[in-house]
Amino acid sequence: MSVLSVRNLSVTLRNRPVLRDVSFEIRAGEFVGLLGPNGAGKSSLMRAALGLIPAAGSSSLAEMSAAERARAVSWMPQSREIAWPIPVERLVALGRLPHVPQGLRLPPGDQMLVDQSIERMGLDPFRQRAASRLSGGEQARALIARALAQDTPLLMADEPAAGLDPAHQISTMEVFANLAAEGRAALVSLHDLGLAARHCTRLILLTEGGILADGPPASVLTPALMARAFGISVWHEHTAHGPVFQPLEVL
Amino acid sequence: MTRLMLTLTAAMLALFLISLTLGPADVGIGESLAALFDESYGPLTLVMREIRLPRALLAMIIGGGLGLAGAAMQGYLRNPLAEPGLIGVSSSAALGAVLAINTGLAASLTLGLPLAALAGALAGVFMVMALAGPQGGSLTLILAGIAISAMAAALTSLVLNLSPNPFAANEIVFWMMGSLADRSMLHVWLVLPFALAGAAILLTLARGLDALTLGEDAAQTMGMNLNRMRLLLVVGTASIVGGATAVAGAIGFIGLVVPHILRPLVGGQPSRLLWASALGGAIMLQLADIAVRIILPSRDLKLGVVTALVGAPLFLHLIYKTRKGLA
Repeated sequence: MSVLSVRNLSVTLRNRPVLRDVSFEIRAGEFVGLLGPNGAGKSSLMRAALGLIPAAGSSSLAEMSAAERARAVSWMPQSREIAWPIPVERLVALGRLPHVPQGLRLPPGDQMLVDQSIERMGLDPFRQRAASRLSGGEQARALIARALAQDTPLLMADEPAAGLDPAHQISTMEVFANLAAEGRAALVSLHDLGLAARHCTRLILLTEGGILADGPPASVLTPALMARAFGISVWHEHTAHGPVFQPLEVL
Repeated sequence: MTRLMLTLTAAMLALFLISLTLGPADVGIGESLAALFDESYGPLTLVMREIRLPRALLAMIIGGGLGLAGAAMQGYLRNPLAEPGLIGVSSSAALGAVLAINTGLAASLTLGLPLAALAGALAGVFMVMALAGPQGGSLTLILAGIAISAMAAALTSLVLNLSPNPFAANEIVFWMMGSLADRSMLHVWLVLPFALAGAAILLTLARGLDALTLGEDAAQTMGMNLNRMRLLLVVGTASIVGGATAVAGAIGFIGLVVPHILRPLVGGQPSRLLWASALGGAIMLQLADIAVRIILPSRDLKLGVVTALVGAPLFLHLIYKTRKGLA
């Protein structure tokens, strides 16, 4: 089942083309990592696919009404904004906004989803703490929990692993991988090629606004493509723990 | 949460009763309240119904409106320093009122002044919306509001500058300080529809304001229409502030300080802050209006002066706390 279909998407920002004729499809069960150097157009691609910025071409999400889209995808922008000192529990409950009418108390089913999301991100000890006063990594996890509570077939996140400690980077990637294994899908931009190699089921490599490669991690993380996209040499090996991928030096 | 709302409601009603029993006519509490309902008290009934009741009602309506508008404005802009005057409506309403005083319209027509102020507020809103454009985020709205405020303030100064005689200038200056003295039930009926309509509009924003806690992108993908929200925010705020300024003059700081004080008590959530701030605003303006009558009963202390005198130190406290947070 397709959860996102993008056809010939092009974006021009301030007369500068940032995305050119990008097409791809994401199906349920996939955990797609979006790779590419800074300025390659990763954020623009995701925001255009969501319909947040004007774009030529088509995207199945951009064509939906705002209410439909809110039930089809949850989005975690790169700027992790939490404007007010709102308790983690209520921050996560905001994810239920598209599903329930306003009320001071959530219906039991919705409250269960909120509790599960909090537990999944290891936030139980912080439930009553003001989210805006948590550490950066804890805030990032609270925002992922918020997106999980939205309970959509597709999750999209702009660098969700940035700024997390190694343990939480891994557990965050595992959350996305598990969601994909449960039959949902995730599209996540990443800079950590090692995490991408180990956890994603598919990688899309973006350079200068176009797709350079799209396929299983082993077919994308090749020395030749890494040299072309990032200008780096890499070392990788298949070990008993799965693939290990390490950038070495700038070419 | 419910306990907070009950406490605030109780405080508001208590202050309403206290306000009703305050005045130069030295009458006991029981007697004055009885006179409100029983016409056999004669002149006292007249005092209660025509002087004290409108004053207490106006403090509740206007204070509540300003508190609510402040909470909505801060929630939309995600900034604790935002206040309802930001969109330029209070300044343009003031300009309308000042023109009415200067041209003699205020003296020749019973409701000349408030109606001119409402016309000024309306013109201000149209100009802000035209300047800010149908799209565009909060930044263009703030800039448009600042531009209109500055323009209206400049024109107000010009009118003062060219005022025909010192008495007109004096009247203008005193009017701009804000007051609830000598208002009638006519004023209540004038401001009430604007306050109610504005409040109804702003309260529909509750869900959207909650979603905006996570930023504009996240709110949009949770199904909120930001352009529509912005339009409703401006129209609702303008209705409240325009009506309030028209009957009471410029009363500052309530929309800024009240949401700020109450935010920690409602757990920061913008939707919960709306109702709480409405009650809090009504409380603060009642308090201020009681203070002007107790502190210097003979000198006609102006309401806007008192809210600013109380509000400014609270504002300083806010800066101090922000600085401590940054350190």
